[in-house]
Amino acid sequence: MTEENKTVTVTIDGLDVEVPPGTNMIEAAALLGKEVPHYCYHPKLSVAGNCRMCLVEMGMPMRDRATGEAILDEEGNPKIGWMPKPAIACATEAAPGMRIKTDSELVKNCQEGVMEFLLVNHPLDCPICDQAGECSLQEFATDYGRGASRYIEKKNVKPKRTRLGPRVTLDDERCILCSRCVRFSKEIAKDDVLGFIDRGSYSTLTCYPGESLDNNYSLNTVDICPVGALTSTDFRFKMRTWFLKRTPSICTESSTGTNTEVWSREGVIYRITPRRNDAVNDTWMTDSGRELYKLVDSEKRLKAPAINGGPAVLKEALERAAEFIQGGSIAYVGSGRASVEEQYLLKAMVKQAPGDAHLIGRFGPGDGLLLAADRNPNVRGALLTGLIDKVPEAHLKALSKKIDSGAVKTLLVHNEDLLAVGITTAQLKKLNIVYLGTHENATSAAAKVTIPTLTVFEKSGSFVNQQFRLQGFAQAVPGPAGVMPDMLVLSRLLALVSKQECALDNAEAIWASMNKELPAFKGVTFKDSNISDGGLLLDGSTFKSFNFFDSQTLHYDPQTS
Amino acid sequence: MAKIVDRKPLSLLEKTNIPQILKGLYITLVNFFRPKVTLQYPDQRPVIPNNYRGVPTLVKDPNEREKCVSCQLCEFVCPPKAIRITPGTISEEADTAHVEKAPQEFEINMLRCIYCGLCQEVCPEEAIFLQDIYSINGLSREELVFNKSKLYELGGVLPDKHYKWDKKRDDALHGNENH
Repeated sequence: MTEENKTVTVTIDGLDVEVPPGTNMIEAAALLGKEVPHYCYHPKLSVAGNCRMCLVEMGMPMRDRATGEAILDEEGNPKIGWMPKPAIACATEAAPGMRIKTDSELVKNCQEGVMEFLLVNHPLDCPICDQAGECSLQEFATDYGRGASRYIEKKNVKPKRTRLGPRVTLDDERCILCSRCVRFSKEIAKDDVLGFIDRGSYSTLTCYPGESLDNNYSLNTVDICPVGALTSTDFRFKMRTWFLKRTPSICTESSTGTNTEVWSREGVIYRITPRRNDAVNDTWMTDSGRELYKLVDSEKRLKAPAINGGPAVLKEALERAAEFIQGGSIAYVGSGRASVEEQYLLKAMVKQAPGDAHLIGRFGPGDGLLLAADRNPNVRGALLTGLIDKVPEAHLKALSKKIDSGAVKTLLVHNEDLLAVGITTAQLKKLNIVYLGTHENATSAAAKVTIPTLTVFEKSGSFVNQQFRLQGFAQAVPGPAGVMPDMLVLSRLLALVSKQECALDNAEAIWASMNKELPAFKGVTFKDSNISDGGLLLDGSTFKSFNFFDSQTLHYDPQTS
Repeated sequence: MAKIVDRKPLSLLEKTNIPQILKGLYITLVNFFRPKVTLQYPDQRPVIPNNYRGVPTLVKDPNEREKCVSCQLCEFVCPPKAIRITPGTISEEADTAHVEKAPQEFEINMLRCIYCGLCQEVCPEEAIFLQDIYSINGLSREELVFNKSKLYELGGVLPDKHYKWDKKRDDALHGNENH
C-alpha cells in the first residue's frame, strides 16, 4: 500500500469503516449510511464548528504513557478511553482506532438541547417561509427535537425582508448563525461582504456598511443556507418546493458545463440550482446561469414553422428547406450551444450536401471560478464529431467573403444570429436561409424557411465541456405544442435531402453510429451519454495543440489540460 | 347444491289478500296522525349541525385581514386536486406587510371537491373552513370553479383565538424589552 492511499479504520456505532486520513466523522458516518445532523458544516467550506448539532461521543484506544503500548482489557481487546464530554463530528478527523457513538443517550440529549436552543428565537414562519420542505431546521426538529416548546418568554425580534443584494433577501429572525454564507463569500466567491454584528441572541447577519451582496455567485448563499434566512428574490413566494420536480441538466452559459438541477411543476420551470459534481463545479453555480430558464417562456420564442415569413405546415417547410439544401452553393452555421447528437446530425448533413461548416465563437471575460471565457457549452463536441476542425472565431469573415463573391447562396443556420458575427442584413437578404432555432432574431427574420426547435430544458442530449467531459442533460419540461426536438428536425431534413429513410432519428441510433464512426466516442454508448452523475471524461489529446481561448475555472486550467 | 326452503302454503283467507290490504291501510292510518319528518325543501331548510362539512370557504379574521398566506398545504393535501393557488407577495406599503405572503389567486373547483375537509384540517393559519353551505349550482363549469373573491364572500368573518400575526406585529413594533 502506498503512502497516498493509506486508509484509517474508525468504528462508528460498532461498525468499522475505512476512510482516507483527514476525513471527518460526518463524512465517515455518511459512508455507513448514518446521518450525523449538522447545520454549519458544508463539505466544500472550512469547518466552523459553531452550530453544535453534530455532537457525538468519541473515544480512543488507551495507551500506556511510559511505553506507548496499547492497554488491553481482560478479553485482550484494546481499552477505549471515552472523552468525558461530547465532541463535534465535523471537526473530528479520523484517527486509527477511533470510536464514535452517534446514537447514545448522551448524544440524543445533546441533539435535543441544541435543537431547543436553536428554536428558542425561531419565528415559526413555516407557512410563509420558502425554505419549508427543504429546511434542515424542520427536518432535524422532527428527527432529533423534543417535539414541544417549553419557551414562554417573548421571542427576539430581528429585521425581516432585508435586501442583501439585488438577488438575495434576508430574514434575520430565521438565521441560526451557522456562518455558511459568510464563509462562502470569503472563501469561494472572494467577496467578503457578510458578517455578524451584535452579541449573543441578538447576533444578526448583515452586509458591511456600504457594501451589498451583489457578486455573480450570491445565490449560492441561498442554496447553502440550511434554514430560510437567505432566500432568492426571484424564486421568493413563487412555488413551494414540494411541488417541484427535479431534472438533472447542464448549464449552457459557458464551457464549464456546470451541473444543474431544473425545478419545474406542470411544465413550468421555477428555478435552477447547482448539482454537485466534484470534478466540475463542486456545489456552486453562477447567478447569471440561473436566469437562463427565462428564455423558455420568452415572447420571441418561435412556435410555428414559416416559409417566407408566412405560416406553413412543418412538412412543407421541411420540403422547401430540403430543396434549398439540394440546390448547392451551401454553407452551414452550426451551434456551440447544440448537443453532441445534433452536431453529429449536422455533420451527416454536411456529408450529404457538401459545404463549409462554421461555428460561432462566443467569448467573454472568465471569472476564474465557474464562468469560462468560452461562452459556448459545446465547442469540444463539434470538434469531436468532426463538424468543425478548428476553434471557432467570433466573426465569420470567411463566410462573409464567400457570400459577397456569390460562392454561397444557401445557408443552413442552427439557432444562431449571424448579424452579431459580422454578416450584414444586406448579405442576409441575398441568401436563401434555412433557420432552425428557438428564438426570433435578425437571421430568422431574413430566413426563407424557419423551423422552430427546442431549448435545452425541453429536450435531452449531451455536451462536452472544456475538460472534454461528456455530460448528459434531460428534458425537464415539454416544449411548445407541435415543436419537434432539433434532433428530429435534422434527421427528417436529412431524410428528405438524401431521399432515403434516415435511421438517425433517435438518440440511441445516433450514439450507435457515433460509436462506429468517431474514434473519440468509441465504447461510449447511449446509456453513457445519459449519465447525469459526474460525466464521462473523453480523450481530447488530439486537440491539445489547439488554443481554445478558454480561461481557468474551478477544476480546469488551460495551461495544464 | 341448492338449498330447499320450506314454504308454508297460504291459507284460504290469505289467498283473498284481504288481511294484507287491511293491515296496510292500518299502517297508513297510524302514520297519518304521527308528526311529519319530511322537510318541505327548498321552502324549509334543515338545521345544519356544528362541524358539518359543507362548501370549503376562505375566512377573514375580525380585523378583516385575509388569513390565508398561500402556503399551499391545502393544495398539496387535496385528494381530488380541486385547489389551485397562485402565491403572491403583500406589498411593503400594506397594513399587513409583516405577513409578507398572500394568495394572488385561490381557486377551488367545486366539481372536483369531495368535501373531505382535509384542507381545513391541514391549514396552519385557520384560513379555510368547510362551513354550512351545502347547495351550490351553476350554469357552466367555469362558474363552479370558485375564485378568491367568491370564496371570501362565502366564508365571511370568523372569530379568531390567536391573532398570531397581530401579536407578531406588536412584538416587532415594541421589540424585546431586554434589547
